[in-house]
Amino acid sequence: MNMGLSMTAIWQHRVRHLALVLLAAGGAGMASVASAQPIEVDVVGGISDPMPIAVPAMPTPANSSTPAGDTESLGRQMAEVIANDLKTSGLFTPRGPAGIAPVAIPQVTAPDYPYWVQTGAQALVSGYVKANGDGTLTIGCYLYDVSAQNELKRDGFVVPPGAWRRAAHKCADLVYTRLTGEGPYFDSRMVYVSETGPKAKRIKRLAIMDQDGANHRFLTNGQSIVLTPRFSPNRQQIVYMSYLQERPRVFVYDLATGKQRLLLDQPNMTFAPRVSPDGRFIVFSMAIGGNTDIYRMPVSGGAPQRLTSSPGIDTAPSYSPDGGRVVFESDRGGSQQLYVMDADGSSQQRISFGSGRYATPVWSPRGDLIAFTRIGGGFNVGVMSPGGGNEQMLTNGWQDEGPSWSPNGRVITFFRTAQGSGKADLWTVDLTGVNERRVPTPLDGSDPGWGPLLP
Amino acid sequence: MTMKMISRIALVAALGLTAACAKKEPVQLPPPPQEVAPVAEVTPPAPTGPIPGSKEDFLAQSGTDTVLFETDAYDLDAQDKATLDAQAAWMAKYPNVTATIEGHCDERGTREYNLALGDRRANAAKNYLAAKGVAASRLTTISYGKERPVAQGSDEAAWAQNRRAVTVVLSSAGY
Repeated sequence: MNMGLSMTAIWQHRVRHLALVLLAAGGAGMASVASAQPIEVDVVGGISDPMPIAVPAMPTPANSSTPAGDTESLGRQMAEVIANDLKTSGLFTPRGPAGIAPVAIPQVTAPDYPYWVQTGAQALVSGYVKANGDGTLTIGCYLYDVSAQNELKRDGFVVPPGAWRRAAHKCADLVYTRLTGEGPYFDSRMVYVSETGPKAKRIKRLAIMDQDGANHRFLTNGQSIVLTPRFSPNRQQIVYMSYLQERPRVFVYDLATGKQRLLLDQPNMTFAPRVSPDGRFIVFSMAIGGNTDIYRMPVSGGAPQRLTSSPGIDTAPSYSPDGGRVVFESDRGGSQQLYVMDADGSSQQRISFGSGRYATPVWSPRGDLIAFTRIGGGFNVGVMSPGGGNEQMLTNGWQDEGPSWSPNGRVITFFRTAQGSGKADLWTVDLTGVNERRVPTPLDGSDPGWGPLLP
Repeated sequence: MTMKMISRIALVAALGLTAACAKKEPVQLPPPPQEVAPVAEVTPPAPTGPIPGSKEDFLAQSGTDTVLFETDAYDLDAQDKATLDAQAAWMAKYPNVTATIEGHCDERGTREYNLALGDRRANAAKNYLAAKGVAASRLTTISYGKERPVAQGSDEAAWAQNRRAVTVVLSSAGY
C-alpha cells in the first residue's frame, strides 16, 4: 500500500456530546462502554458483555468494476473488515454482514430502526461504496444509536480502490473512538520477524502487515537473521538488527525505496534500536569487548553518543512519548531490572523492584505505563507506571515476551514461544489483561513492532 | 570403508583359493587375471588422521571446540580453562589460523539481553585465549544470543548445552 496515501474527509460534520444520550438510551451493556468513566473500569466489568453492534454490508449506488473488485463486493468486504476490527477489540459483538438484511442506499442515511432494534443491536454501522469518475472510491461511514434512533457520527473517505481496507479501518476507528472514548488504532501496521524452519536454524525474515494481518509482505529474503524491527514515528523507516555478512548490526530499512542502510559502520555488534518520537535520533545498544552500553546518534548518521557507562548489560532502550526520557534494562545491580534516565543519559534510576528479572521495557504512547517482560518462574508480559508502581501482569504463557503498544496505548502485542518446538506466534492483549488473541500470520512470528496510526 | 573391506575380503578369498588350489592341484594353471583384479582397488592407504592445521585437526587435538556456562553467567571454570588451554596450544602451533568465537545462550532469556550475554561469553573465551598467547588480532567474536541452539529441547539438559562459546577456526592454506 502506498505510504503516502492521504485519507480525505469529505464531511466535517461532527455530532458532539451525545454520550449522555447514548448512556441514557442504550441500556446497561451500552452504558458500560459509552460511559465517560475511565475505560479501565468499564472494560474490567464489561468485557464479558460486549456491545452488540450491527454491521450490514455497505451498498453501492451503482455496481462498478474497480481494480480491487466490484463496488458491491467491496461493500460486503468493508463490513467484514469493520466487524472483525470491532470484534478483536473485545468490546463489541458484531452482527453481520452475514445473516442480516442488506441495506438499500436510502437507508444508509435513514436507518430502519425497528428492524435493528429487533436484531438486538444497540448500535449500527452503515455506509456505502461509490466508484468515482476519476478512478477513486468514495466510502461513507455512519454510526447510529439504535435505541435512541440518533446518528452519532459520520465520516467519508476518498481513496484509491487498492486502499479500501484502510477506509474500512478508518470507519471502525470512528466507531471505536466514538463509543469508547479511546484513541483510534485499527488503521495501523505492524512489522515483525516471520519465522520458519528447524529450531536450531530458524529462517527469519522481516515482514510487514496491517494490524489485522492483511496486506502481508516480506521485506527481506531470510538469508540473514533479522531481529527486533521497530517503526520510525513517520512510518517511513524500520530500524532493526541484521546478521548481514555475519556482522550483526543495526540497519535502517526505507519502505518507499526498499533499501536498507547500515546505521553505523564499525566492527562492534549494535542492536536493540528505537527511533526517538521526533524522528531525529536512534537509540541503540553497542557491545564492545563484552560490555554493552546504550548510545544514541542521528538517524541520518554521525557520531554515536554514549548514554550509559555501567560495566553491566544496558539494553532495550525505549523513549517516553515526549522524547524526554528513556526506559531501559540493565543488570548493573546483579540482575536484569528496569531503569529510567533522561534522554541525554543523566539521572539514571531503577524503577522495578518486584520479584524476578525485568526486561524489554516499552513506554506507552500515552505515557502512562511501561510494558515489560518479567522473568520469574515463567516469562510474562506486564505493565507498570513510569515511576515503578502499579505493576500488573497481563499474560501467562510458557514464554511471552517482547511487548509493543498499539498506537492508542490500549492494546499490547507480544510474541509467545511454545515449550519444546520453540515455535513462536504473535498475540495481542488488552492492557487490563483480558481479550488475548492470536494475530494471524502466514508462518510463525516474533518480535512484533506496532507502528503509529496512519494519517 | 565398506568398499575397502569388501575388497580386502575378496583379496583374501582369492589368495586363499589360489593357495588351496596350489596344494591340491599343482599342475593347474594360475587363476585368470580377472580374479586378482580386486587387488588393484585396495591400493589407496587409509589416511592416518586429520590434516594438520585443519578444523578436524583442531577438534582432534583440542578435544572440543566448546565451553559451557552456567545460567546467566559468563565465567570460565577449570574444565573450560583446560579446554581453552588446549585450543590455545593448538593455535600456537598454527600461527596463520584465525578463529571466530561464537557466544550462545539458552532460550530462557529475552532477545536483546541474550545478544549481550552471548557477547560476554564469546569475549570471556577470547580474552582467555589471548591471555594464553593467542594474538587478539587472530580472534574475532560474534554473539548469536538464543538464535542458534545446538540442543533443541526445552529442558535443563538442552539449555546447559546451549549456554556455550564455540571456537570456529578458519584454516588458511598456508598454515
